[in-house]
Amino acid sequence: MDLIYCLWRRQVMAYLRAPGRVFSALAQPFLFLVALGLGFSPIYQQAGRGDYFAFLVPGVLGSCILFNTVFAGNDLLWDRQFGFIKETMVAPASRTCILFGRALGVTTVALIQAVLVGVVCSVAGLHKVPAGGVLIAFGFAVLIAIFFSFIGSILGSILKDTQSFGQIVNFVATPLFYLSGAVFPLEGQKLLVVTLTSLNPLSYGIDGMRGALGGQYYYDPLMSVFILIVVNIVAAFAATFAFSRVRPD
Amino acid sequence: MKETAAFQASDMISVQNVVKEYGKKRAVNDISFSVKAGEVFAFLGPNGAGKTTTIKMLTTLLPPDKGVIKIDGMDVARQAYEVRRRFGVVFQDCTLDQTATVYENLWMHCSFYQIPRSERKRRIAEVLELFNITSHQRVIVEKLSGGLKRRVELARALLHQPVLIFLDEPTLGLDPQSRRLLWDHLHFLKKTQNLTVFLTTHYLDEVERFADTVAVINQGKIIAAGSVSDVISHAKGQTLEDAFLSLTGQLSERESVFFAGKTEIEDALPEADN
Repeated sequence: MDLIYCLWRRQVMAYLRAPGRVFSALAQPFLFLVALGLGFSPIYQQAGRGDYFAFLVPGVLGSCILFNTVFAGNDLLWDRQFGFIKETMVAPASRTCILFGRALGVTTVALIQAVLVGVVCSVAGLHKVPAGGVLIAFGFAVLIAIFFSFIGSILGSILKDTQSFGQIVNFVATPLFYLSGAVFPLEGQKLLVVTLTSLNPLSYGIDGMRGALGGQYYYDPLMSVFILIVVNIVAAFAATFAFSRVRPD
Repeated sequence: MKETAAFQASDMISVQNVVKEYGKKRAVNDISFSVKAGEVFAFLGPNGAGKTTTIKMLTTLLPPDKGVIKIDGMDVARQAYEVRRRFGVVFQDCTLDQTATVYENLWMHCSFYQIPRSERKRRIAEVLELFNITSHQRVIVEKLSGGLKRRVELARALLHQPVLIFLDEPTLGLDPQSRRLLWDHLHFLKKTQNLTVFLTTHYLDEVERFADTVAVINQGKIIAAGSVSDVISHAKGQTLEDAFLSLTGQLSERESVFFAGKTEIEDALPEADN
């Protein structure tokens, strides 16, 4: 536990010591809010669907978690290329603990970012948050944050080049974001879109947050929780396997 | 240090018939040697000779394809966890967490080696004092000079009180003052703690001054081993540098081709447009 705490703290402190990182990581969610929110809000209202900002905020929170966690895999790749990973590998320490410490640190950082975005949205009046729903929404946020932290760890373990990491991760994360029900409702969509969205774990997290924050659930929330727990277990095993095969460059 | 076929109780490191291949390239080709406890052992060779691969195998980062490596009597392949408690490493490149403070780096190391929390503060204070870096303990590593980073790495490598320390080109890129300071520290540790030191370096004057025994590796094979004076006399040199160059060739093949063909290369260059 001490090792997990130590590596968790390392991730969190690195984040808190880089204010630039805090602000740059907030930029993308607000860009989505402004560009998509202002752009689609009138159409959404004309279609009789109500307040588009209220619909969009959970999606933006999901995007914030997705991009922060998956891109944090680059930290692992960076550690592999620039040394710190060697320190962990010559130590009599469990690789699984090292992985979990890192992943929990990344999860915490992503959640801090998401909470900041949520607070700003709430203060700006973009979203009225029912008090009881916040904890449930936070639970869904935790589940998707852990899942994508493991996905980031897998990518950081298997990719070899920091230069191409961004491009490859964008190639993976961008479709996950757009096919998650983050920016458009799934009701009335074509079967292909609904099927692809249902295959994406992010969809269940965003839908869970949306339902908990006063919107409507598309999926049964209990089923969403079950699916997210199952994919988290699978991702944890996959990340443990990938990380166990990491060798210093 | 001696070439050996069997492990002896006084050996801190015993390497027997070790082979490592990368694809079809044999980076380490059936090497055997041993290092006695308390020795300063220098592992020398030109770039690409197999030094780093050997260190990676000794430090459990790479498994050997063939052969047996024992550290303090334990098989590196079979008892990796126990072996890791026995040694400290300072790698060629800085492996400190650049975003953390000196103190945090040392604390993390304690955590990796399961040093009890009750002991950590004392041990950290001791190594900070030993390497004269107490005043830098709250500084973010990124802001330290190269010499200070090296001292922090050495301090960190000794925190778990290893019996053996691996130093992969520890003085590379350091100014003469920092190099001297580092060697003074190592000399002190050898004297006071009977620490076994395994080092690689290209500074052969340092080896002459500080090492007890030497092995020279070239193209994956050990081509000379023994005390510094043995290796010098074996190669009929005046200094270790003479011996090293005589054993490994004055210049690598590629460099020889370049210098030998310099005139032809210049001749072959297209003439500049006038």
